[in-house]
Formats: sequence, C-alpha cells, structure tokens
Amino acid sequence: MRLELSEEQQMIQAMAREFAESAIRPIAAEIDREARFPHETVKRMGELGLMGIAIPEAWGGSGADTVAYVVALEEIARVCASHAVIMSVNNSLYGDPVYKFGTAAQRERFLTPVASGHAQGCFALTEPQAGSDATNQHTVAIRDGDHYLVTGRKLFITSGREASFALVFCQTDRARGHHGISAFIVEKGTPGFGVSKTEDKLGIRASDTAELVFDDCRVPVANRLGEEGQGFRIAMGALDGGRIGIAAQAVGIATGAYEKALEYARERRSFGVPIGQHQMVQWMLADMTTAIEGARLLTLQAATLKDAGKPYTTAAAMAKLFAAETAMKVTTDAVQVHGGYGFIKEYEVERYFRDAKITQIYEGTSQIQKLVIAREVLGS
Amino acid sequence: MKILVAIKQVPDTATQVKVGADPRLIDTAGITWIVSPYDEFAVEEALRIKEKRGQGEVVAVSLGPERVKEALRSCLAMGCDRALHLNDAAWNGADTLATARALAAVIKQEQPQLVLCGRQAIDDDMGAVTAQLAELLGWPCASWIMEEAVDAEGTTVRAARQVEGGLEVFDLPLPAVLAAQKGLNEPRYPTLKGIMGAKKKEIRDVKAADLGLGAEPSQLSVVGLEALPPRPPGRIIQGDVPTAVKELVRALREDAKAI
Repeated sequence: MRLELSEEQQMIQAMAREFAESAIRPIAAEIDREARFPHETVKRMGELGLMGIAIPEAWGGSGADTVAYVVALEEIARVCASHAVIMSVNNSLYGDPVYKFGTAAQRERFLTPVASGHAQGCFALTEPQAGSDATNQHTVAIRDGDHYLVTGRKLFITSGREASFALVFCQTDRARGHHGISAFIVEKGTPGFGVSKTEDKLGIRASDTAELVFDDCRVPVANRLGEEGQGFRIAMGALDGGRIGIAAQAVGIATGAYEKALEYARERRSFGVPIGQHQMVQWMLADMTTAIEGARLLTLQAATLKDAGKPYTTAAAMAKLFAAETAMKVTTDAVQVHGGYGFIKEYEVERYFRDAKITQIYEGTSQIQKLVIAREVLGS
Repeated sequence: MKILVAIKQVPDTATQVKVGADPRLIDTAGITWIVSPYDEFAVEEALRIKEKRGQGEVVAVSLGPERVKEALRSCLAMGCDRALHLNDAAWNGADTLATARALAAVIKQEQPQLVLCGRQAIDDDMGAVTAQLAELLGWPCASWIMEEAVDAEGTTVRAARQVEGGLEVFDLPLPAVLAAQKGLNEPRYPTLKGIMGAKKKEIRDVKAADLGLGAEPSQLSVVGLEALPPRPPGRIIQGDVPTAVKELVRALREDAKAI
C-alpha cells in the first residue's frame, strides 16, 4: 500500500494552502463575526477550479479526483470552515449527483455553470420534520402535463440563498414512501420558489444557511434528475460523497486548531517554562495530532475507494464519524491549551471550536453514521 | 513572440537551513522545494506579455538535478507552454558562470526574443546569472524591473527599474534580458485545470553534449558554510526606574555604542 499523493495532488494541495493563507486567512475572523457570505473569495475559488474539482472538464470541472478534492478542501477548512462547506456542498451534494444522474442536456445547463464556479448549486433534502428521518418528506411534486407543481419547505439549506440552482427532493408518489421520492433541479427565480429566511448560527457563520419555500412552483419535467422514485437513492449517494467532504472539512478544522495550540504551547510560559513542557499539555497535543492523522487516513481511504469505483458508503461514514468527533475533541482541547485566552475571540481557536460542532450534525449526525456502520457490519 | 524564462528551484522560504555532513553543502533532508519567488514574477510577466499579445510561446528553463522537474511542472501549471531541463552530471556544482554558459547555449538554440529571470535566487542570493547571461549573449540587460512594456512590433521593450527613490526607465532593443523585482506583478495561482494539464506538456531533458558543451570546472568553489551564531538573549535591566534608566543609558552609550 502506498500512502503518497501524486505530483498533481501535491500541487493542488499547495495551491489550496497558499490561496487559503493569502486570500482567506485575512478575512476569516471578520466574515465569521459579521456572518457575511464571502462572495469575492468564493468567486476566486471558482476561477481556480475548486468548485468542481472531480467533475470532468467537458462539464466545466477541473477533471481531478476525489483525493485531490479532499486535500484541497482540508487546506481551505484549516483556515476557514465556512469557505470549506460552501465548496463541499457545491462539489459533492450538487455537482456530483447532477453529473452522475444528469442527461447531457441537464449537465450542460445545470452543471457546467456550477462546476466552473460561475454559479452555485445547493442540495435541498432536509425539512422541518425530516432531518435524520430523511424519508419523511412532505414536499410534494404533482405532475401537471409537462410540468410538476412543487409545494413544501426545505430547511437548513447550505448556500440556499446564494445558489442559482437547487437540487430539491419531493414526494411524487406518497403511497410508495421513500420509493416515491424524486429529485428536481429548480432554478432561482422560478415563480413560486422563494427563500424565506437565513439562519443565524453558532458556527460556519459566513456560509449561507437558508429556508426554501415552494408554493405551486412549476418545474419542467426536463428538470427532473433521474427517474421518478429514484430521488432517495440520488440523495443517499450524494450524501455518501458529501460525507467524505465533511470529513475533510473536519480534519481541516482540527488541524487548524491543533496548529494554534501547538504554537501557543511553545510560546506561553507558566511555572517558569513553556506550557508545552508540562506533561498534561503534551498529552493533549499528542492525542490531538494522533487523532488527526487517523481521521485524515480514513478520509483519504474513503476518497481512494470512491476514485477506484469501489463501494465507499461505510468508509465514508467511518471517516465522517471519526473526523467530526476528532474535530470537536481537538478544538475543545485547543481552547483548553489556551486557557482563558482560548475563550476570547481574538485567539481564533474559539471560532474553530464553534465551527467544529456542525460536523457532528450535518450530512448525517454522528449517530446516523454509527447506524450506517452498524448496519453494514451486522449485514442487516 | 517567444519568451524564455530562466528559473531556479530553491528551498522553501520557511526552511530552517542546516549545514550538511559535507560542510560545503546544506542538508537537503526534509526540504520543500519551490520556484524562487523572484522567478515567479518573471514567469507571471512572461505569461502576461503572451496574453496581451494574444500569441506567442513561453518556455521555462532550469538547470539542476532531477527534482528540478517539479519546479518546471509548477511553471507549466501556471501556464508556460513547455519546459527545458538542463539535466546533466556535467553541471553538478555549476557556479553562476557555468550556469550562465549553459543557459546562453540553450538560448542560442531556442532564439527567444526576450529572456526573463528573477533578480536573484533566494537561496544563495548571488544575483549574477542574469548579467553574465546577457554578457555571454551580447544582449542588453536591465535588472530590478518594476514595469515593462514590449512595443507592438516586438522590437523594443521599455523597462522601468527600481532605483533609490524612484524608477529609472530604459528602452532596450530586443532580444534582451530582464530581471524581475518584487512589485512587477502578483503571480497567479496555478488553476486546477492548469495543474491537471501540466502533465501533458513537454519537459525536455537537455544534456551538455546537446549544447556542444563539456564538463566545466567551476571557477567559484565553496570553502565552507557556517550557521549563524544563535542570537544572544536580551538583557533585562533590574532595579527601580531611575537606576534602571541610568544603567540603560550607560549601556546604550558605552556597551552598545548606540547613542
């Protein structure tokens, strides 16, 4: 087994790191404080090819692979988790399923502008009553000639206000339960489709989390992704890939916080020595870096399986679970290493701590990941 | 217009350089190698000239061991069209003059209208190759360039170089050699497409024999490298303020001779 990035992957990683350090680092605290969507840097991420990394060039993407996506996303998250989730959703939850299930005409219209970074896409599955219980979809799409009439609400949609295209999951046949769910691409500006509010959040505050409302919104049949009833499969497939992205985001958050803690442990002195000389701080740093390495390897393993065309659902769930738990633990300890200063906004680890929490929740909570893993090992 | 950019691969600016087992060399273990930052300005400017003119070719060239291909690949990812790697044991330990001779020979073969370099490489900071190269070619040369404009016909270049307190502006007939100073431009990041496309571009190995050159003994030889002595710790003057200030003034005047 070889654990080495290819020359291209290393170059992509280096580019993402340089871009994150020089363009994102200077604004990261400010956009968090102001909960301001970073239009300028997201546009530049599009120009660099970071918004459609694994999508083939023919459809506006960069033609790289999932491993490249993971290493680039980690570098962005190491500096700013908000930018990372904007990038992750565009790549994994929108770009990936539209590429996989879209017809040539759909790819041309709905994928090319998004993969090339000229527009953004969002993924609208969650509803007020359908979070972990994603099968419990109340949004309906009723066929009316060559259109569907979509009615319902979608909650906590990342990039919901910013996106030009929404991948929306609706019941087309309620009697069939989750086999009656279908996927549609709804364009911003379609009458009956509105954004009702933007959430004020604990973390990833510069990302846009919105509620989408559909009221007899007429969506052409040509906008249906896949067949009727295929929607739930499309959603779950997208989330498998998305979990690799969130795992990478969590690894990046943990790494960023760990580096701050390490730096502080070298500089801050107590009882006459740098605090890194105290064994209890050493233990925390050793645990942090070990867990981060483990999370990174699980994430790269899931990405490698996806690139090889092998099943990766369980690997992605393990990576996401372990990376999210690692991010929460590492950022908690990074605040602890900083003591009182860690509680102060000026010291940045506070932001990493708040940003880490969401990785245990979105794209499947840690509990759901355990469910996925347990079902696989029990063969049920 | 064909533009050739001569670049050097150097240790990353964040590297803590250590003297190697052979005290004439640095310890290269664990070093991350990059394109020397001044050379990146040169690459960027070459690409801008090509883009502005809507045609042309940008060729990156570098002399050094096998790892130099990574630096050339970075230039290709930024947008250079192809690369030449002067890669031959004959050039092991080449000094600036031997390097300039090899570059001059390859430039005579390639016949670019313009050669761009960084004002110096950030490893040994010799800053000699550009001038030596221009001398060997018999071409005009301007260094520490902050601005440049090639005329529409591609026959002259107006270059503004940084001097104390301002800019000194020259017109140089082409072909010419220009050396970039920081501030000339802001180098682009390679895009993912650029990175993915770089593999398909050519990096051609050039041997000394291909240029009609043989092994050339360096005229400069490194006698030894010495690490900088560790900075002595600062001195904290104890005592109440009036006494401490008196001692500080005395120390600044008599020990440090600063006032």
